[in-house]
Amino acid sequence: MRRLPDLAPSRPLRILPQAERILSNGLTVIAIARRTVPLVELRLHMPFAGDDLAVGSVLTQTLFAGSDKRSIGEIATELQTVGGTLGASLDPDRLQISGNCLFSGLDRMLELLAEVLNSAAYPLTEVARERERLAERIRIARSQPSFLARAALHRQIYGTHPYAIPTPDAAKVREVHVDQLRRLHAKRVRPHGATLVLVGDFDPDHAVDAAVRRLSSWSGRGPAGILPPTPPLIPGPLTLVDRPNAVQSSLRMALPAATRDSPDNAPLQLANLIFGGYFPSRWVENIRETMGYAYSPHSSIEHNPAGSLMLLTAEMATEVTAPVLVETLYELGRLATIPPRKEELEQARQYALGSLLLGMSTQAGIAGLAIKFAGSGLRLPYLREHAQRLTDATVDDVHRAAATYMAPTQAVSLVLGASTRVQDDLAKIVPVAPIPL
Amino acid sequence: MIPRTDYHIERFTLANGLRVVLNRDASVPLVGVAVVYDVGVRSEPPGRTGFAHLFEHLMFQGSANLEKLAHFRYVQGAGGTFNGSTHLDYTDYFQTVPSNALERMMFLEADRMGAPLLTEENLRNQIDVVKEEIRVNVLNRPYGGFPWLKLPPVLFDTFPNAHDGYGSFADLEAATVEDATEFFQRFYASGNAVLSIAGDFDTDEAQTLVEKHFGAIPARPAAARSLFAEPDPTNANHTDYVDQLAPAPAVAAAWRVPDPIGQFGQYLACVVLAEVLTDGEASRLVRRLVRKERMVSSVGGYLGFMGDPFDVRHPTALVLQAYLNPDESAEEVLNVIDEELTRLAMDGLTNSELTRISNRIATNLLRSTDAVISRAVRMGVLELQRANPGLINDLPQLIGAVTVEDVQSAAALFPPHSRASIAVRPQISR
Repeated sequence: MRRLPDLAPSRPLRILPQAERILSNGLTVIAIARRTVPLVELRLHMPFAGDDLAVGSVLTQTLFAGSDKRSIGEIATELQTVGGTLGASLDPDRLQISGNCLFSGLDRMLELLAEVLNSAAYPLTEVARERERLAERIRIARSQPSFLARAALHRQIYGTHPYAIPTPDAAKVREVHVDQLRRLHAKRVRPHGATLVLVGDFDPDHAVDAAVRRLSSWSGRGPAGILPPTPPLIPGPLTLVDRPNAVQSSLRMALPAATRDSPDNAPLQLANLIFGGYFPSRWVENIRETMGYAYSPHSSIEHNPAGSLMLLTAEMATEVTAPVLVETLYELGRLATIPPRKEELEQARQYALGSLLLGMSTQAGIAGLAIKFAGSGLRLPYLREHAQRLTDATVDDVHRAAATYMAPTQAVSLVLGASTRVQDDLAKIVPVAPIPL
Repeated sequence: MIPRTDYHIERFTLANGLRVVLNRDASVPLVGVAVVYDVGVRSEPPGRTGFAHLFEHLMFQGSANLEKLAHFRYVQGAGGTFNGSTHLDYTDYFQTVPSNALERMMFLEADRMGAPLLTEENLRNQIDVVKEEIRVNVLNRPYGGFPWLKLPPVLFDTFPNAHDGYGSFADLEAATVEDATEFFQRFYASGNAVLSIAGDFDTDEAQTLVEKHFGAIPARPAAARSLFAEPDPTNANHTDYVDQLAPAPAVAAAWRVPDPIGQFGQYLACVVLAEVLTDGEASRLVRRLVRKERMVSSVGGYLGFMGDPFDVRHPTALVLQAYLNPDESAEEVLNVIDEELTRLAMDGLTNSELTRISNRIATNLLRSTDAVISRAVRMGVLELQRANPGLINDLPQLIGAVTVEDVQSAAALFPPHSRASIAVRPQISR
């Protein structure tokens, strides 16, 4: 019999060398050195709260489609010459540009970025094509069950809040005009309140200097403001969205969650892990490893600027849809009413602390974290405080968090699947409200 | 212009035949531990499609000194993550953990290399899980298995190369514990594996720990490796099928390519060619198919059916795929692809076009090895297939050394008459 080795003493979270400056145009620049691979990652965050998602989405697809100096092909060519790429994405809170290039290309990438920020041209032919392409991609996405389940859940839990529709309608996308893009660009693609994050193989002060050189000429102030808080979850019957002939059902459950700055955040993160937030959790061990009902059930806490929630996700064969719901309600109820075992908490705690290290271990990972935090006014050293709160959380704290947030009576539940085959059994467990797709 | 990494790599072989690769990198307080076995989809026997992948699941179900679920608990309870994946020519198992858990990871990997727990109950449970995985990734979604499961049978004739690596439900359900035991005996020998570790450790100490945990595993030589070569197709081959869930048509084409190992130079030119054709707005096929003709909403190209050009042996393929705009014809798209390949073969490309493409490939290669575990897996596979893990340092500059003449010659390797293609037709045409 071989004996499992103990863990060696753990090493502390190291915060990487960084520099930060606020430019006179209101742009915040954060440069973080991680000198492993000879590359640079770039992220630029601009507030977007309250604006039109269809116009914004077409803007993300055409921002790099031409400037006052260059065509779409020339911009792509110039970026590739330094091994680079830039792209834009959108959600109801922010417009984001992401890119990377060889470390020697940072200055050139910033120059091209500035050119587009200052003088994106939105040429008519490119806009006409890209809005069709985007509409087609949305149409394809809408045939994915995961997309449909998420969209249906968002409509239900967010009601009239902008989070209700995170992807615009294909028909609305097709109607977007060049003028609308130029107006939105003038309003939103502005430095004031924006944050640029650079991570890579450089001296952080030099990287900030490069950003100052290239982006100081960018000017203007967009509307400040953030979205109103998300509405509270209103539990009700399980929504059954019909997807005729589906061989699998998609279960989604939303539960309330503590916001990132709440003292409940760290204990609830641990409670979520114990429930279903990582592989050796109760839910995964039950419905996957014991019952074989589902391949990758998972629960996670989503912190969005306007509100946080816990989201349970599982796909299972149509014939075991009701059994999965039974086990899910059981595991939620058990954690909401009975304190977790000490060993369960220690295991979840180690995982949560390790995840902080893993999240900080690549240039792309650091850039993603830093820009997400910056959107909430936080900086990476926040992780050190969060690590301390994870370390300090007791069984009582975690039990209290689970009891407060994870009771299945508070859940908003939805199943997307073949109604005729799953409705009767689901209705034996909870009230069911069927709706068409 | 293309920079070079300088990962320091140690290689050695234990008395039982296990090859070991170490890359010390103290820049992160983590280690990535990977074990790569020289067995994949192409090695599974007829009547047992999907078995290599099913067996990968069984390797997480406990071992001589570890009960079911212990692996997950010990890895994630140490703050780490784990996974495994089954490829055409290898199967990998890997963990990323804070570096204080290095020895524990070695214990876990050595324990299952010695003796996994292969029970009827675990087998039945994991058959159910794998069937759910196939439902999620293939049966319950549009374009499921396109093109990676649908195209090989059109390009290849022999069972190892052509069959569905996810497996049929009938074959999965027919699997027995005896099959698993036999599969383990044959393919999961210490002599058929590479242990690869990257990250924050002391090299001498790591060597001692490797010896301590893996040295005691009884020596079993590697089974003679099958060669899967088959003659190149002499005619174009096309099929199409209806995907009831797909909202729009799609098409994919594949051609056989030079041996990724035996004809590495020519193969690298094909890697570059795939990106010349499809990487970014300025690439040949995006310019033509997306922007000029507006026939497709997206087009992609790569080597190997699973998307990684440097983890596959001969025979393999250049794959091009496109999602068509409604009412566009797959045949027309294939014609345009042929025209663009012919144009490249006849007229070549400029140095500046080649340079920017090489630089972009280099960025992607460098980026993909930033995470210690991706680096460990890549080095492990390079050791397994090429006995050269140091190639990881050379690859970006080798890509940069491919010339315009090389790419021009490569383009001539893909004529319409040796092409395999498939078209996806939506159920209801608009």
